[in-house]
Amino acid sequence: MFELIGIPPQAFYAQLTLGLVNGAFYAVLSLGLAVIFGLLNVINFTHGAQYMMGAFAGYILLTLFGVPYWGALILAPIIVGAIGIVIERTMLRHLYHLDHLYGLLLTFGLVLVIEGLFRQQYGVSGRPYPNPLPGGQNLGFMFLPNYRLWVIVASVVVCFATWYLIEQTRLGSYLRAAVERPDLVQAFGINVPVMVTLTYGFGVALAGFAGVLAAPIQVVSPMMGMNIIIVVFAVVVIGGMGSILGAIITGYFLGLVEGLTRVFYPEASSTVIFVIMAIVLLIRPQGLFGKAK
Amino acid sequence: MAETGTVLKVKDLEAWYGESHILHGMSFEIPRGEVVTLLGRNGAGKTTTMRCIMGMVGKRLGSIAFEGTETIKMRSDKIARLGVGYVPEERGIFASLNVIENLELPPVIKPGGMTRDEVFDLFPRLRERRNSQGTKLSGGEQQMLAIARILRTGAKFLLLDEPTEGLAPVIVQQIGEIIRDLKAKGFTILLVEQNFHFASTVADRHYVVEHGHVVEMMRNEEIGSNMEKLQEYLGV
Ligand SMILES: Nc1ncnc2c1ncn2[C@@H]1O[C@H](COP(=O)(O)OP(=O)(O)OP(=O)(O)O)[C@@H](O)[C@H]1O
Ligand SMILES: [Mg+2]
Repeated sequence: MFELIGIPPQAFYAQLTLGLVNGAFYAVLSLGLAVIFGLLNVINFTHGAQYMMGAFAGYILLTLFGVPYWGALILAPIIVGAIGIVIERTMLRHLYHLDHLYGLLLTFGLVLVIEGLFRQQYGVSGRPYPNPLPGGQNLGFMFLPNYRLWVIVASVVVCFATWYLIEQTRLGSYLRAAVERPDLVQAFGINVPVMVTLTYGFGVALAGFAGVLAAPIQVVSPMMGMNIIIVVFAVVVIGGMGSILGAIITGYFLGLVEGLTRVFYPEASSTVIFVIMAIVLLIRPQGLFGKAK
Repeated sequence: MAETGTVLKVKDLEAWYGESHILHGMSFEIPRGEVVTLLGRNGAGKTTTMRCIMGMVGKRLGSIAFEGTETIKMRSDKIARLGVGYVPEERGIFASLNVIENLELPPVIKPGGMTRDEVFDLFPRLRERRNSQGTKLSGGEQQMLAIARILRTGAKFLLLDEPTEGLAPVIVQQIGEIIRDLKAKGFTILLVEQNFHFASTVADRHYVVEHGHVVEMMRNEEIGSNMEKLQEYLGV
């Protein structure tokens, strides 16, 4: 088959893995956005900056405090999530009763502030982060780097756990109900404002987690969030805002599509997602998994 | 807590939705163990009064004392946890939750509520449909679910906003029995009812609401002699 289309199988599988790895990041990031949007009705533009903060938290933990990768994987999301909670309590909270646009403007403004601060401190050139899992597996038909495999596994586990928490547990049923009727859920005795704060913190922590996960394969740089978040927003538009499962599936799927495009028509690999977005917007404006309003 | 006395005391309650002033000095009392109704035409402010008691109306003034605690400025989750259960007029069944999840959404706030099985014994229909999506139930089933879910919480003061609306007569009768049964168990209930005949079979007293305030109080046994006046108030 590979001979027929003139592509070496090694290259094909390598691009497929790379696509899955990218998809892993798209999935975790768009999942966080979907969780936040569902309950807060806020399009969290700061998500990319929070992803970058996760990577830097890992970097700072390592270089300043000697905390290894595995410790950072736990600590960095907590730190970034906690900063998110402060943002929610002091700023976002005041915008819920207003149009979406205000939340978008505030979170976009925060991106400029946060990225500016990091650029001033660390410059624009990236910092390397050592690979905690060097080496790889020779599968016969391809060589699979250990760390890539880990990224895919970690993201699948986190996505599944989040899906399970929201769709299958009692806590998740509070969340789903509050997405529909926050006033009524509160009138049953549930502290919805606290739930909103924790949900934002959780969504942001997911971004921080993705940031640490990315640190060893991407250079840690103040601009890393800007680069990926544009694609992630396209993923969210394609999947449909607010659908948990939709965000996850669309993330992996589009990563794969991107990888395959890189094999068959490399010139289009950086635009294919946006082309799909345009088509989806034309045919199904609410997104593949979104419900029509 | 005293076993007698007043459970809820509303005094000079005013409420607004945005700019529109809806309640103009509502005052009424609910003695312990009684079933009390709010009667009045559409738009008189009955639902708004319940939402105020629940803390769900943004701007409210005056006084609402529940078991002696002033709640006029309290957040609605705090009010619920004092022991108030609420069945909203629109039922408020959640589409993204199945029947069991809907049933178990309101946290148990006091001991003495029903168990899941007791609730299902009371409403066997809900047991049959336990795994259905909440909004896939029929209107009547949703109404049963809305009532069932607050019987689990242990709240001893219930707000029922038109609980019989849209239900078949046999179910209405059953709800009547449940209300009388709850009263016998010592519950205190505030009821909004369009079905005046139904109200008179369960209630101890009635407050007639017009344009956002109470214009008349009648004990249930006085109803017969006041029929004409009442019909004029309600425009029936
Ligand atoms: N969310 C709202 N925003 C603005 N006005 C409202 C709102 N809800 C109710 N109103 C107005 O407040 C007034 C009282 O409404 P309310 O729902 O309390 O009446 P009600 O006595 O329960 O009537 P019904 O018997 O039809 O249920 C009405 O004039 C209604 O139009
Ligand atoms: Mg009403």
